Formats: sequence, structure tokens, C-alpha cells
Amino acid sequence: MIFETVLITALCILMLAILANLYRIVKGPSSADRVQALDSIGINLIASTAVFSVLLHTHAFFDLILLIGILSFIGTVAFARFIERGVVIERKR
Amino acid sequence: MSVSGEIIGAVLILIGAIFSLISAIGNVRLPDVYTRSHAASKSSTLGVLCALVGTLLYFLISDGFFSIRLILGIFFVFLTAPVAAHVICRAAYRSQVPLAEQSVQDELKDYYMENEIETAQVEDKEKIAVYQGK
Repeated sequence: MIFETVLITALCILMLAILANLYRIVKGPSSADRVQALDSIGINLIASTAVFSVLLHTHAFFDLILLIGILSFIGTVAFARFIERGVVIERKR
Repeated sequence: MSVSGEIIGAVLILIGAIFSLISAIGNVRLPDVYTRSHAASKSSTLGVLCALVGTLLYFLISDGFFSIRLILGIFFVFLTAPVAAHVICRAAYRSQVPLAEQSVQDELKDYYMENEIETAQVEDKEKIAVYQGK
């Protein structure tokens, strides 16, 4: 009983963290701030998926953790290249 | 046996969630993108690592289930979060996002001037003024 309460508290704390990052996405003066906050939200989503898999006592979400991590990283790198050079995939000639 | 697994898992997950919240507070309160990258990369990575290790230990102690996928996820997050923060900061500097007003030194600027490395073109000065005026 206490265990579930602690897990739900952790989920609420993660939700507060995601909301704070969402404020930074809306407000952020440059687009690099927004991309950084998006990356942070991806990391918080990974943590909350892990907490959910403990709460529901299932192994089914472990693939999802890996998948969210990979997608968040690729999205961040693509956005950074777009901010830096104006294109995502560069042609050599 | 199951109780000790629950205690270890709950404590690690709670520590990870609190670290994530501290990272988000830093992400809101710090002045510019370069200082925010400290909050967004370091403590956020530590938070998610604590939560994932807590999950791993919970399933290991209570079920005897050792998840290779979770180890792979921990390794991947640990490997890619600093790389992502570095790439974002480099993109921000090359696209001439200004530093905060209270920052005292910009050594990379001299390096860029000497070697004449081309930064991205921001023609309109009004945009920079908007950034600095927040």
C-alpha cells in the first residue's frame, strides 16, 4: 500500500517536472531552448514509463523505454542540425 | 525478500523523480541557454538513471527477473544525453544565441574571430535585441 503511494507520488513529481519543461517550451526565447526542453521531456517520459512498469508490475514496457530514448535522441540531433545549418540532411554538392 | 525489493525500488525511484524535478526547476529559472544546459543534461540524466536502476533492482529482487533490455536502455541514455546537450549548445552558439547579461567571459568568441569560422547569419539585429530583452 505504501509502495503504491510512493510510486504515485513519484509520478506526480515527474508530471510537475514535465509541466515546468512545457513552460520553458512555450516561453523559451530561442529555438535552442525549446529543443533542450523537449529533450528533457523525453528523458522524463522514460523515467515515468519505468515507474509505470513497476506500478503495473509488467515487463511489457521495457521495449518502450529503449524506443523513446532512441527517438528522443534522433529528434534532438535533427533539430540541432536544422538550427545550425538550416537543413537536416546535407548534400555534398 | 519481496519487501526489501520494494523498499530499494521505491527509494531509488523517489530520488530519481526528485532529481528530475530539480532539473526542471533549473531549466525554468536559469538565465540563458548555456547555463540551462547544465540543468537539462546532468541532473536530468542522473534522475532517469536512478529511476531505471530502481526499476531494475525491483524486478531483480522481487521477481528474480534480470532485464537485458533495461540495461540497454540505461546504457543508451547514459551515452546519448551528454551528446545531445553538446549538440544543442553548439547549434545555439553557431546560430548566435546571446549569452546572459551577467556572464563575464566568452573565450570561444576570440577563437571564432581568429580562425574566421563562419557562424550562421543573423542579419536582423532586432532579433538579438528581442532575445536580450527576453
